[in-house]
Amino acid sequence: MNIRDFLQDNIVVMDGGMGTLLQQRGLLPGEYPERWNMTHASEVQDIHRAYFDAGSHIVNANTFGANCLKFAPDELATVIRSAVENARLARESSSGIQPKFIALDIGPTGRMLKPFGDFDFEEAVEVFAQTVRLGVACGVDLIFIETMSDSYETKAAVLAAKENSDLPVFVSNAYGGDGKLMTGASPAAMVAMLEGLRVDAIGANCSLGPQQLGAVVEELLHYATVPVILKPNAGLPQVRNGRTEYDVDADSFGDAILSSVAAGVRIVGGCCGTTPAYIQAVSDRISGVKPVALTDKPITFVSSYTHAVTFDKQPVLIGERINPTGKKRFKQALVEKDTEYILGEGIAQQEKGVHVLDVNVGLPEIDECRMLCDAVCELQAVIDLPLQIDTADGAAMEAALRAYNGKAMVNSVNGKEESMHTVFPLVKKYGGLVVALTLDEEGIPSTVDGRFRIAEKILRTAEAYGIAKKDLIFDPLAMTVSADTDSALVTLGALRRIRQELGCHTSLGVSNISFGLPNRDTINSTFFALALENGLSAAIMNPYSAAMMTTYYAYRALHGLDENCGDYIAFAASVVPTQAVQATAVATVQSPEENAGLQRAIAKGMKEQAAALTQELLQTKEPLSIVQNEIIPALDTVGTGFEQKRVFLPQLLMSAEAAKAAFERIKCHMVSVGGPTADKGQIVLATVQGDIHDIGKNIVKLLLENYGFAVTDLGRDVPPEAVLTAVQEKNAPVVGLSALMTTTVPAMEKTIALLHEQAPACKIVVGGAVLTADYAAKIGADKYAGDAMETVRYAETICENKSR
Amino acid sequence: MIWQWEQPAAPNMREILRYTGCKNPDTAVMSLVEECLAETDGIWQYRVCYDFFAVTVGENAVDFGFASAPSKDLCRHLADCQEAVVFAATVGLPLDRLLKKYSRFSPAKAVILQAIGAERIEALCDAFCATLQMSGRQTKPRFSPGYGDLPLQLQQDFFRVLRCAETIGVTLNDSLLMTPSKSVTAVVGLKGG
Repeated sequence: MNIRDFLQDNIVVMDGGMGTLLQQRGLLPGEYPERWNMTHASEVQDIHRAYFDAGSHIVNANTFGANCLKFAPDELATVIRSAVENARLARESSSGIQPKFIALDIGPTGRMLKPFGDFDFEEAVEVFAQTVRLGVACGVDLIFIETMSDSYETKAAVLAAKENSDLPVFVSNAYGGDGKLMTGASPAAMVAMLEGLRVDAIGANCSLGPQQLGAVVEELLHYATVPVILKPNAGLPQVRNGRTEYDVDADSFGDAILSSVAAGVRIVGGCCGTTPAYIQAVSDRISGVKPVALTDKPITFVSSYTHAVTFDKQPVLIGERINPTGKKRFKQALVEKDTEYILGEGIAQQEKGVHVLDVNVGLPEIDECRMLCDAVCELQAVIDLPLQIDTADGAAMEAALRAYNGKAMVNSVNGKEESMHTVFPLVKKYGGLVVALTLDEEGIPSTVDGRFRIAEKILRTAEAYGIAKKDLIFDPLAMTVSADTDSALVTLGALRRIRQELGCHTSLGVSNISFGLPNRDTINSTFFALALENGLSAAIMNPYSAAMMTTYYAYRALHGLDENCGDYIAFAASVVPTQAVQATAVATVQSPEENAGLQRAIAKGMKEQAAALTQELLQTKEPLSIVQNEIIPALDTVGTGFEQKRVFLPQLLMSAEAAKAAFERIKCHMVSVGGPTADKGQIVLATVQGDIHDIGKNIVKLLLENYGFAVTDLGRDVPPEAVLTAVQEKNAPVVGLSALMTTTVPAMEKTIALLHEQAPACKIVVGGAVLTADYAAKIGADKYAGDAMETVRYAETICENKSR
Repeated sequence: MIWQWEQPAAPNMREILRYTGCKNPDTAVMSLVEECLAETDGIWQYRVCYDFFAVTVGENAVDFGFASAPSKDLCRHLADCQEAVVFAATVGLPLDRLLKKYSRFSPAKAVILQAIGAERIEALCDAFCATLQMSGRQTKPRFSPGYGDLPLQLQQDFFRVLRCAETIGVTLNDSLLMTPSKSVTAVVGLKGG
């Protein structure tokens, strides 16, 4: 019998703890339990057999840590083969009469993935893939991915399992006392991602006892359509007489598991501290108990690496600003690979209160696949909102969906055969909520009926691909009302029918409606209100529009979606102070000491003020004169103070940030009017390979940019060759290298040697906590800089000499 | 091996300012520190895992059973101990997320958040060591890999034996760097039996 079939009508009992039992039999602290598959095969078999005898349907082969990071290739193959063999011998010799299955057990690697660690996602997929291939070759019945405390590593393991086998995949995560994974994901977020990846069961194990995992299990059961797993510890560990003991005994454990089964859990077992006696207690209690029937949960939701966003009564706002269409400054940022600018747009929209960010970085002159993938990863390093991957390029869509940590929105599919056959296979593999546009080969129908029929066609095709209705969100297309006075009515009509007759969620790009009309905000926000009243679930919109945000908050207040109108009141209050701040800034500018104004704002580190004052000065002064006469003198005052130890690092940085805000205004102005840009010279910066600290390097970057240098920032953990390539491409006279740890200084030395050899003209300045001037000289650097100002001064000397 | 949640004392402003290196905090710096404290309120995931080990203190090395630490400084430090606690502590990953964000968008805030993180992890270690003392055993001050001549490589042994990744979510990379960044491993000698 197949485990998938057995699971349909039965409660499945897994095994209990392994590590503790091996320790009782002499496994030493720190020794790899997997080696016991060869050295102590009969002990391992005894434990497996005891679990089968106690009623386990599934026993996990002893392969939890069996991966190529811990074992050499030959040994890994032996470890896995012996592990499965031990489980098989135990199954054959067990007295249990229940159906018995063997799982390939996959635990975390113990390495942290990028961006917080140094482990590459695709590398992680390959590590798991090796284990999966070996396990599959040994004939296991299923794959059990467990104790994962990071959603991204979980995704890597699942992809490896799916890409290298057709076996059922069960996934269980280790939730902390706060009900979240160590890297932040909630149970709902995990269900969104894992059901999208089409796993067979989802659950929780380890870390806590059955009681403490109650809330986690409840949330899993609420969201999951697939069976839910609960495999907790025997309570919490305590030291008693110098021995580790757990505080829940077998009987209480069995009782707790039984009540979780009554609540709907279908797959049960134990983790740390549980023994065959615990599993026996579980088996006794659930024997004859009918499992709660599996039901489809008609919930439409997406997720980030922390939380899920559900599409229901509450309207979902999707920020539209990460998109180059019609935005010169944004296009420039894309061409310059200025991810900072893109991230800034993301953070600003998040602060305005959007729930999802649309990400569109398509430009004819750039490699969209690479750019989209980078943008998604960079955004997910600093912003915890779910993303909507917005591209017409299938390859870019696949790369971004693969790299995405969570379940993304996908923008978009339409009724054209080609579109559906490109997008649906990707959604089937990686999961996602797809925005479906009601147009096809014939164009956009001008009638409600026409758009509705396309929606039906898309729905049918999606179902044929195995994509559920709840994973489609229809966009019936808002068309310019000034070109066709009926267009808004057609859109609203189609919207209503899709919502009511198909029972699907809907989304609209609201702003198109007002194209060519004056006072577009009024049309947009009124249309938004009408669409919401007709059942709109989400809007792709501009969160900087006060009118749109007002409509959003007012709609919620009027529809009983805002308790005590609290959000509306808070929003109304928040609108006023912003105006007041602007008024103060303007007042300062109009005072006679306008020059002192900007210099003072920068020296005092007042960001908003500095930006507003620069904006005002740009009306009357040349951009370069503002830089020369205002910004640089202010920075110099603070910089000198820092060198003389009158000003300290936080203060220096606050000024630098204020100056940066002023520069951003100047840059925007220059992009729109054209004109010369200040450029003192090219500088390449990098934190060396193996090191992931970048605060120091970012400080240096900020100051160099303030002083007019064009900085190419290669980021952290940069291989020597990549530094060389950048130096050669930019023909940079100076490169700055940073290392924080003694262990990464050799990588710095290697980089320096390579640069001296291949780019002898380039000067190398180094810095970082472990370095000293002597040490820097010893590894061949041209200059040691103790702080950021010293780097600026050095770069100035080098670049001035060059230009002479 | 044991793992648990701990609660350190409330943030200490003087310590935080000391870590920022700012000797004359003006109102702008003070309000930035306040802002950062407000932003970190509730993000901490204070976790500790530890276990007890019999130690043999020799002339040049300390034997933990699972590993030997070649360090004269540690030998001196644990001179009269037969047992020691090895622990790992962390304040969790959320601070690293903020640091990542602000190191790009506000290095000033990043510097202050670093200082707050340093103060928090020290406070957590203090709280944990105080609990050890409360259990009636006399303890030595904590001693971490990298102190004196105690090699950083010992981290790998500590991580293996404490299973830090599974129990408290702390990982070690090839450069012996811990994630979350504000994490500590250390040895605490226990006097007497």
